[in-house]
Order: sequence, then structure tokens, then C-alpha cells
Amino acid sequence: MSEILDVIFNINTFSAAIRISVPLVFAAIGGVFSERVGVINLGLEGMLLGGAFSAVLGSYLTGNPYIGVLLAMFMGAIIGFIFALFTLKFEANHVVAGVGLNILLLGTTTWLMQIIWGSRGTSVNVTGLSEITIPLISSIPIIGKLFGSHNILVYLMFVVVILSWIVLFRTPFGLRLRVIGEHPKAADTLGIKIRKIQYTSLIFSGVLCGLGGAYLSLGHLNWFSMNMSAGRGYMALAANIFGGWNPLGAFGASYLFAFTDALQMRMQALNLNVPNEIIQMVPYILTILVLAGAMIRSRPPAALGKHYKTSR
Amino acid sequence: MNIIEFKGITKTFGSLTANSNIDLQIKKGEIHCLLGENGAGKTTLVNILFGLYNQDKGEIFIAGKPCDINTPHKAIELGLGMIHQHFMLVDRLTTTENIIAGEEPMKNGFVDMTRAKKQVRKISDEYHLSVEPDAIVENISVGEQQRVEILKVLYRKAKILIFDEPTAVLTPQEVASLFKILNKLKAGGKTIIFITHKLEETMKISDRVTVLRKGKVIDTVNTSNTSPKELAKMMVGREVLLRVEKEKKKSGETVLEIRNVSLYGKHKRPLLQNINISVNQGEIVGIAGVAGNGQLELEETIAGLRKIQAGQILLNGEDITGKQTKERRGKGLSHIPSDRLKRGLVPSSDLAKNIILGNHNAFSKKGFLQRDKIKKYSKNIIEKFDIRCRSLQDNVDQLSGGNQQKLVIGRELSTNPVFILAAQPTRGVDVGAIEFIHQNLLEIRKKNKAVLLISAELEELMSLADRILVIYEGRIVSEKKKYTREELGLLMAGEKLG
Repeated sequence: MSEILDVIFNINTFSAAIRISVPLVFAAIGGVFSERVGVINLGLEGMLLGGAFSAVLGSYLTGNPYIGVLLAMFMGAIIGFIFALFTLKFEANHVVAGVGLNILLLGTTTWLMQIIWGSRGTSVNVTGLSEITIPLISSIPIIGKLFGSHNILVYLMFVVVILSWIVLFRTPFGLRLRVIGEHPKAADTLGIKIRKIQYTSLIFSGVLCGLGGAYLSLGHLNWFSMNMSAGRGYMALAANIFGGWNPLGAFGASYLFAFTDALQMRMQALNLNVPNEIIQMVPYILTILVLAGAMIRSRPPAALGKHYKTSR
Repeated sequence: MNIIEFKGITKTFGSLTANSNIDLQIKKGEIHCLLGENGAGKTTLVNILFGLYNQDKGEIFIAGKPCDINTPHKAIELGLGMIHQHFMLVDRLTTTENIIAGEEPMKNGFVDMTRAKKQVRKISDEYHLSVEPDAIVENISVGEQQRVEILKVLYRKAKILIFDEPTAVLTPQEVASLFKILNKLKAGGKTIIFITHKLEETMKISDRVTVLRKGKVIDTVNTSNTSPKELAKMMVGREVLLRVEKEKKKSGETVLEIRNVSLYGKHKRPLLQNINISVNQGEIVGIAGVAGNGQLELEETIAGLRKIQAGQILLNGEDITGKQTKERRGKGLSHIPSDRLKRGLVPSSDLAKNIILGNHNAFSKKGFLQRDKIKKYSKNIIEKFDIRCRSLQDNVDQLSGGNQQKLVIGRELSTNPVFILAAQPTRGVDVGAIEFIHQNLLEIRKKNKAVLLISAELEELMSLADRILVIYEGRIVSEKKKYTREELGLLMAGEKLG
């Protein structure tokens, strides 16, 4: 028993959870921006995958992983725009459009991998992102271990969490965005340019997923593999809901999911006389329980999933 | 001086002409009523003015200049403001956030909430529109929500205010205070366009009235030169009985009895508390109250759509508390639901099918529907209840609200019921249909049936009901034979009679 507690309260578990949470946090905040303007975004999964692929491609072509990150952001923006076109302009059902996007990107990335690297399984190794050590912070005992040495995307994640919260709840853009997700017609009668804000928000959502994807491929490992996102987009959407459509909440929820995952991995190493499969189930069971509890009292934006025609 | 002039405005939706060649002038600083039945084209016209629709033909002049208003944004720039019938408010935001959204005061790129609240307070003081700047919209009363809507418009410096059926959701006290606000706005130099289908209000508040019927302007008159009777005639196109004549009648045996009924919602929130109601033969009993005080729950409870936690419901002395809706209907309960499109009709299905709805077993043989029998029965009801339609194959959603309601009433009154639960039977229907529905309810009373009338229309309750019970926060707070309007208003607002 004490072995298990040791693992739970081990600083390495907390530190590993930060790394695991990065793609979840980016995608979950992408989910916040999308759902706050009324668009259900199941496409987070595909956007992450697209980002992961583009990042490796950028690094492969230039040898510079930072160019890879920029390419992932750019491709994310384009994917976000395509998703916006389908859900806003062509008024597709949001769930169908999201699932469609995921299938499209799974197919496209696999196909491109075959063309570029001649393999459907994994890409070649590319240059990944290196860790940056912050001198002062890294020498503080516990904090240093948690925050002292990471690659650039981890630091950027903390900035994004805080900035997103400020944008949503302290700026005119954020207020307008929230009004649109709750009551688009009210926004319309206030003279708010609904479509412009919705497109901006969805493109931003794509950019964030691009960053999350880039972390998956260039931050974790140094290659891309087929279906690399492996359901993280769906988990991120759940984190967005559990976090109450709030960037801070989304961060907390993502971190919780990531923590259980880190725990699971470390517990497997303990030889607990329990089948590994059972331990691997723990994070998913926790996700289900947490979500079942959160769903009961959560209250999504009132106009989520509904189409609003601005044209007359 | 004319601040607004409509010239030849025409707007069609598919085969329906909502506005046909409308010419209309609004003078600066007046309160101008647009009076008309539902579907007369009032709302369409102001939606065109406010840039929510674009007209097919015609021009609008604001202060003498032709204006192309194609978005609300443009309308707001021109000094127009609209207070919508269904409030355009975000429930979860504060009043201040609702007011400033889209035109936020800023400081260094952030919303300056301190300044925003100050501005809101300044305008609300100027026009006596008391609003709490930090309150969340869903927690404030309907009257206060309406004041937030007015503030939204004034905050955007509107000079012309359009009110779309603003009194529909208000108590008599709230209406009185709205009228004070309107006069205050007028004194401040604002021009007001007031849409309504209520004659009494028109007479009370307006300087001039324009009557619309079937998308056309019938006439514009000075309010001081006209009468409710004349206006009603212009609205409907024929003479209308404004007051129904009710014959004196002695009530008979008790038909429906509700004993100590209580109902709880989520988290044990009480929705109905210890309700006692009895309705006798040949009697109409009225339930008065502001929407959302338990009327819907009471309706659902009696109809058998909700399970109660305590108490008993008796129909003709028989306990029906645990019985399902179908069994209750079999024992002679008829139900005119408050939401006809949600509960009373299948809008995308044809008239005949809707007419036999719930009674279809009487029209089937060996598991098949008997089409001829249905056709004959439907024709009879359509004729008897004056349901205007092109054919039996029409879908219900092609009918006007009034005709839809007549269909529900025709169906429910034709099954030879002993008790009729009539919830908001005239909601959203026009003067002509209201008259018809009222006569039918009195007719059924004459036949010694029992009627429970749940209504938000005080006029309706006062002219039809033999007794009125007032419901407030799920309790019956008062029961009497006669009330004045003021008394009902106070009781409905939760006050006590002194």
C-alpha cells in the first residue's frame, strides 16, 4: 500500500502529468473557444492529428523543429477554417462535420506519410524540440523539478491558459463571443458581427490544436505515427466540458486526466499482482465517473449545436 | 415632422404576403401604435425597419432621407432601438454585460466595468428604470428584464424606440409602470412605435394608431378621435363583441376535485404546494397568475403528465391520482394544452389526423383506420368550429395560430367530455378567434360541463370565470367570485390585500 502512495505523491508523477497534459490542454482550450461560439467541436481529434503531422513535416523539410511548430499552427488554422466553413456557412450538423473532419485527416495524414516517407506506420526520425532550462526557477527544490526544464510548448501552454481566460472574461471580444454562444439573435440585434467572431474563434481553435499536435510529435517523440492522437481530442472535449467551458477549468480537468494516466504508467512498473490491463483502465474509468458527475450539473452555452442564420 | 416614412413596403415569404404596399408616417415625439391581429404584418414591418428583414419593394425615409437598412447594426447607427417581444437577453450574464455587449467602454483593451456600471446607473436614474447593475439576468423579474432591454436601447443612444408587444408578459402593475416609463421617454423627446393587439392599451397610451389587417394598412387615426369598438372593427373587418354575455347559472355537483396536491421538482424544490381546487358542473373556475408560478405544473398534473408526491385527484368522485392520461381521457377529461404546437398538435401532419388525435380508436376497425369515417367527422368539425383551411390534406403548420387553436378546441370539445382543462386557450390568437373561443367555452358551461380555465389574460378570467383562484409560487393564495383588476394584480405579484 505504501508503495502505491509513494507513486501517487511522487514528484515525478506530477512532473510527468504536466508533460502528458500539454496536448490535452491546448485542444481543450480550442474546444472552449469553439463551443463558446456555439459550435460543438468533435473535430479536435482530427485537428490534433493534422497538427502532429504538419509539425513533423516542417521539421523534416527544414531541419528546424520551430518551423515545424509554425507549420502546425498554420495548418491548424486552415483546418479550423474548413471546419468553420462546414458548420457555419453550409450549416452541416456539427457532430457529423466533426467526425467527418477526423476521418478526413486520419486518411490524409496516412496517405501523405506513404507518399513522403514510403511507410504507412511511422515517419522517419526528425529533429525534435529541445528542453529549455530556466536558470533561477530550476534551482528551487520542488518548483524547479516541476517547471524548471521543459520545451517551449509547455511554457507556451501556461501562457495560453492565462491569456485565454483574460480574453474570454475581460475583453470586449470575449464578451461578444460569450453572447453569441448563449443567444446569437441577441448578439445580432446588438449589431455584433457574429460570423466574423465565430470564424476567428474556430480558426484560433485550430491553431491551438496545431500546437497540441506539434507537442505530440515533436515534444514527446521525434516522429509521426498513424493515428497518433489516439482519442486525445475526444478526451480534450470532455475536459472542456468538465472544466465548465472555461480555460482554467479545462486546464484543471486536462491535468487530472493526465495525472491518472501518469499514475497508471508508473503503477504498471510496481508489479502489484494485478493484471496490467486493469491498471490501464483506471484513467478511463475515472474519466467516465468524473464526466457522469460533471454532466449532471454542467450547463453548456445555451445555443451550442444550433444553427443561426444571419442572412436574410 | 415625419421622423419615419414607409413608402410602398412589400415583403413576401414564399406564397404569403406579409406586407403589401405599406405607406405609413411616424411623427417625431409621438407614441404611435401599430394595431392588428396576429399575422397582420406588424412585426414583419418593424423587423424591416430594424434591418432584421430586407423588404422586397419600397423605401424607408428616416428624417426625410432615404435609408437602406440591411442590418441591425445600421439601424442602431440611425438611432433606432427595438425592445423585442421575446427578450434578447443572455440569462447567465449580468444586466450590465447584457447592456454593453457590442459597445463596451474600454480601458487599455479591456472592458471597463466600473465605467460601464456608472453609465448604466446614469441612464437608469434619468428615466426611472431601476435595474441592479450586478444582477444575473435569470434571477430578476420579467419587469426588470424588460427595463434591461430598454436600457440596452437607450445606452445605444436610440431616438426611436420600437416596442414589440411589450405588455404580453407583464402583470397589470408592471404594465402601469411601463406606461409611466413610456410617457417619460416621450417627454424626453423620444419617438415610440408600440406594437399591440390590445385595444385597451392602444387607447390608453397612444397619440395615433395605425391599424393593419392582412398585411395592409387600413387607416391611421388620432387616438382621441376613435373608440375601441371602431378600432376592433377595423382590425377584424366586421363588428366584434368585445364583452361576452354570460347567463346566470347555478352550479351543480362537483366534477373535479383536487385535494392537498403537492409536487416537487429537482432538488426537492416545491412546484405545487398543498393545492385544493374543486370544479362543479356548469361552472368555469379560473386560475390567475403570472407565468411560471405553477400553472404549467398544475396543468400537467391534472392531465396526468406528471406524478404528484402528495394528495389526490378525483374525477366524478373516482380517484384518478394514479391513472394514466389515456384512462383519464377515457373517463371524460378533455385538455386544451397551453402550448398547442408542442402538446396539442402534430404540426407536420394533416388536419384530419390531428382532429382524431387521441380518439383514433373510435375510427379504426381491425387495426386499420377508416378513412371515410375520419373524413366525414373532420369535415363536420372544421365546419362547426370555423377552421379556415384549403383542404383536409393541409398540414397543421400551414394554418394561422387562431385556426390551429380552433382545431384543438374543436377536437377537445367534440368528444363529449365531462371536464375541460383549458390552459391559455386564447394565447397568441387574434380578436376574432378569441371571441369565438370564449363563446364556445360559455356554450359548454351552458351544457352543464365543468371547466378549469388557466389563463394569463385577466380580462378573459374576469369575464368568463364564475370563481377565480390566484396561484403564486405554487400555492393558491386567494379564492373569490369577483376581483378588481388591481386586486388580481397585487395577488399575482405575491402581495396581500390590505
